[in-house]
Amino acid sequence: MEFKRTLVTTAAIAVLSSGLQAQELRIGLQDDADVLDPDQSRTFVGRIVYTSLCDKLVDITPDLDIVPQLATDWSWSDDETQLTMTLREGVVFHDGTAFDAQAVADNIDRSLTLDESRRKSEIGSVTGTEVVDDLTIRIDLSQPDATLMAQLADRPGMMLSPTATAEMGADFGSNPVCSGPFSFVERVQQDRIELKRFADYWNADEIHFDTVVFLPIPDTTVRLANLRAGDLDMLERLSATDVASAQDDPDLTVMDVVALGYQGITMNVGNGEGAEDNPFAEDARLRRALHLSIDRGAINEVVFNGAFEPGNQHVAPSSQWYDERFPVPKRDIEAARALLAEAGYPDGVDITIQVANNPVQTQVMEVVQSMASEAGINISIQAKEFASMLQDQSAGAYQGSQVGWSGRVDPDGNLHPFVHCDGGINDSGFCDPQVDEYLDAARASNEFDVRKENYDAAREILNEELPLIYLYHPSWIWAMDARIEGFVAYPDGMIRLEGMRATD
Amino acid sequence: MLSFIGRRVLIAIPTIFVISVFVFMLQKLLPGDPVLALAGEDRDPETLAALRELYRLDDPLVVQYAHWAGNALRGDLGISLRTNQPVTELMLAKLPVTFQLAVMALIFAVGIGIPMGILSAVRKGTWLDYIANFTALSGLSIPNFWLGILLILLVSVNLGWLPASGYRAFSVDPVRSIETMLMPAFVLGTALAATLMRHTRSAMLTVLKSDYVRTARAKGLRERVVILKHALRNALVPVVTVSALLFGELLAGAVLTEQIFSIPGFGKLVVDAVFNRDYAVVQGIVLVTSIGFICMNILADTLYIVLNPRLRYTP
Amino acid sequence: MSMSSPIDRAGPVAPRAERRRSRVWGKLRTRPAALFGGTLVVVFLVLAILAPVLPIPGYAETDWGAIRLPPSLAHPLGTDHNGRDLLSRMIWGAQASLFAGVVSVVIAVCVGVPLGVIAGWRGGWTDATISRITEALLAVPFLILAIAFAAFLGPSLTNAMIAIGLSATPVFIRLARGQTLAVKTEDYVESARAAGVGQLPTLWRYILPNIAPPIIVQATLTVATAIIAEASLSFLGLGQQPPAPSWGAMLNTAKNFMEQAPWMAIWPGAAIFLVVLGFNLLGDGLRDALDPRET
Repeated sequence: MEFKRTLVTTAAIAVLSSGLQAQELRIGLQDDADVLDPDQSRTFVGRIVYTSLCDKLVDITPDLDIVPQLATDWSWSDDETQLTMTLREGVVFHDGTAFDAQAVADNIDRSLTLDESRRKSEIGSVTGTEVVDDLTIRIDLSQPDATLMAQLADRPGMMLSPTATAEMGADFGSNPVCSGPFSFVERVQQDRIELKRFADYWNADEIHFDTVVFLPIPDTTVRLANLRAGDLDMLERLSATDVASAQDDPDLTVMDVVALGYQGITMNVGNGEGAEDNPFAEDARLRRALHLSIDRGAINEVVFNGAFEPGNQHVAPSSQWYDERFPVPKRDIEAARALLAEAGYPDGVDITIQVANNPVQTQVMEVVQSMASEAGINISIQAKEFASMLQDQSAGAYQGSQVGWSGRVDPDGNLHPFVHCDGGINDSGFCDPQVDEYLDAARASNEFDVRKENYDAAREILNEELPLIYLYHPSWIWAMDARIEGFVAYPDGMIRLEGMRATD
Repeated sequence: MLSFIGRRVLIAIPTIFVISVFVFMLQKLLPGDPVLALAGEDRDPETLAALRELYRLDDPLVVQYAHWAGNALRGDLGISLRTNQPVTELMLAKLPVTFQLAVMALIFAVGIGIPMGILSAVRKGTWLDYIANFTALSGLSIPNFWLGILLILLVSVNLGWLPASGYRAFSVDPVRSIETMLMPAFVLGTALAATLMRHTRSAMLTVLKSDYVRTARAKGLRERVVILKHALRNALVPVVTVSALLFGELLAGAVLTEQIFSIPGFGKLVVDAVFNRDYAVVQGIVLVTSIGFICMNILADTLYIVLNPRLRYTP
Repeated sequence: MSMSSPIDRAGPVAPRAERRRSRVWGKLRTRPAALFGGTLVVVFLVLAILAPVLPIPGYAETDWGAIRLPPSLAHPLGTDHNGRDLLSRMIWGAQASLFAGVVSVVIAVCVGVPLGVIAGWRGGWTDATISRITEALLAVPFLILAIAFAAFLGPSLTNAMIAIGLSATPVFIRLARGQTLAVKTEDYVESARAAGVGQLPTLWRYILPNIAPPIIVQATLTVATAIIAEASLSFLGLGQQPPAPSWGAMLNTAKNFMEQAPWMAIWPGAAIFLVVLGFNLLGDGLRDALDPRET
């Protein structure tokens, strides 16, 4: 571990309290972040960096409850179209600008109107804001939107300094200024992003590192080798197959939690040419046969050494939104064969499934291929570059596509875009008015029971129709130097530095 | 002399034009909509349309080319779709990294290749010559990504001698910088060392048969002096020329080497850009490296003539 | 190798080619390095051709109970992450790698040599156009060119071969052009033209046989480069499609299991190394044997 301190002062510091040490935390990321502007960015690792850089209006707990961050309290109007938030007092941005209701209004306006903004659809229900007083803001919605709070706990809720956004405009990402526990120092493309402790942070007592450096190292083995060698203090996304050996290492700690996302096979049932002359698009029984031919537990064991969670719905079995009536099915070759025969393919049926050309996803597909073949389903695998795969998927030039979703805090984000007739990412081409009705109703309510009931009703149809065949829910796995304490694993995969420290 | 260089430069102009068209066409040739790659998980139709308009991807091709080429002539290669940074700035930031890798690889290559070449020429036909030749061919035959993997496995994972990655800029931390570059430079240097060795050997063999070496020997000079002072000096002429041409090989080799060792240089930039469909970056890099390659070619030809007076008057 | 056929057909009017043939064999035989290289190539070729009849498990036969096993009697080279026998995958992978190496060079020769000969023979604008394009392509680093072509065509083994073939073409254009320029002023070509032999027959009977030797040497050496290029493309995920094996694709997978199963990375790399070494040794031997200065 590289805690930079000079030899001369080491002894002196040891006598004083450990809180005075100049501590650096070096975190290895799987990818390089894209543009460092929460309104423009789209990468997962970008969000990891923002977690240290930019505070949000609200945050989540590991159980996905919404808790205060920059907003200390909030309430809904009776018709649930107005959200009034009370803001934290005495918060300043890294450039000294005061955080107030006008800053929130400016930020929401920027997310909605900046040309380059990718946040527009995420808070699309917002029609405007009203500054009630210095520390009170009202957000107006066109209709009730149960997903809004979860969005405000993510990038749309990140507060950027209005002074900086006014000055930099779309170029904000070259020198981001927020109000989080750390401020921006420098970035070297594909090499490092360095942040330093923000002395005036409202929760500064909980921050125990002076600098944080994020280093993109795509190769998982190399990332782990760096951690072992002490060049990193922590890494995200440890390869599932490396978990055992990292756990055996007394110098390392491994933490994990089931993520919000899923991996599955999107079946083309009505999107462009790929749905034509495709028996799997025409007959749901064939999709059910494929669904039943897969041993999800075995995929998890073979590919991920059991580190992930097998799944069959848009949320993991451990989620409160999971529909217990449809547990992860046991593999049933006989039933699958029977369904094939019923659909008129007693001698087997062919399908082509595309997959991103990285070794892990390819292996998952090889395992599925070998399992399905025993039920008479002959899968041809097409490994494509991710960019080509997405294009073909959007354009409907595919039969099946093995693809993942990083997941959202609110379950709506895991289902609505994919299976609603008007869903933004409905690559399957699935459309069922009944399902739409349930999903819209679930979105319009803030009551857990009402929402759950509607999701369950939709699941009943989706489980028969299977436009998506879910396979598993990945876990976020972190490995860190055993001297790092206080890390809490969150299902959103973020690294929250509050309360984390290094001991000697 | 000047007219020779002038002619070469004139010929290079249409070549560079062809390259620029090819490079520009890459974005139409490569499948995978850049806007989709750009939008990532937020790929709903409205976002896509807005992005397409933002980056003027709906303009006719010729208009896009004219726009791009015009800017390129003024040194503006556009901005990266992924990070919004100017491509020129990105490339300037990567240049020192790849340059350091290339220089260190060249040191390995020259340090290993030239002595081996001399030795094997002087001891032609002996077992030493055979071993040197075989080693050189092995160096040429070993896939450098495999060599890289093996080195990481052995030196970093098992022995823990050198870091497997974690490049630091030379200006920030020179020791660490050299440490992290040792393995990649060795990997990149092996193939070059082999090429250099073979060229040195054959040049030395030619020179050793020549009249002035025979004269020098006849004068009773010691063999060491004959070889190092007389023969080597002349033999190095073609070797220097070849070295200039190795530039292209260095860059191509850097693509995979940087990928394996996570070195944030040119090669890694271009591969990541291809996969992310960050066209402005791909176009910029390919254009600049190609022009660099052409310049090195002209330099090599010029060097050859300058160092070899006998050729000066041949057309 | 197939080098004797065009020379045979050239007939008695191509005196240099005729004499060269027997001389080449004689010289090649006395070079142990070249013979060793040739043997390596032949061994891998035979393994590749015999893959379907050898008593080995199928390359896609998975065994979930035998994942990432080190070498043993049952699996002489061990198993991979899907419990597949690595010996079988290595042998089938030889087929992909060698096939890719040879086919892409055939593509490069078939496209490059005619273009080069035309450029050298016709001169003028034809030459200028072909030469400028060739130079432009040569200026783009080989692998980047191949990556671009492969990404354009979409990942598959066939497309990787085409991509590598096209990327290697400029070298053959330049070589064939240079050789044609040198040969076309020779006496026997001039006298053939004076005797009224047509353009095509002249090219076919006088030019082609006489520019063949350096092209054969270059082709042999390029097979080596092409095998590495195929491996590189597969290593980047742009080549062979799963579950079919190729050495590069196997390496790409293996790098994820470097700690748990290093043998997965060792075999394919070693095989690429050996076969490429074989082609390089053979190519070198041929070059020396065909070099008139060394007689």
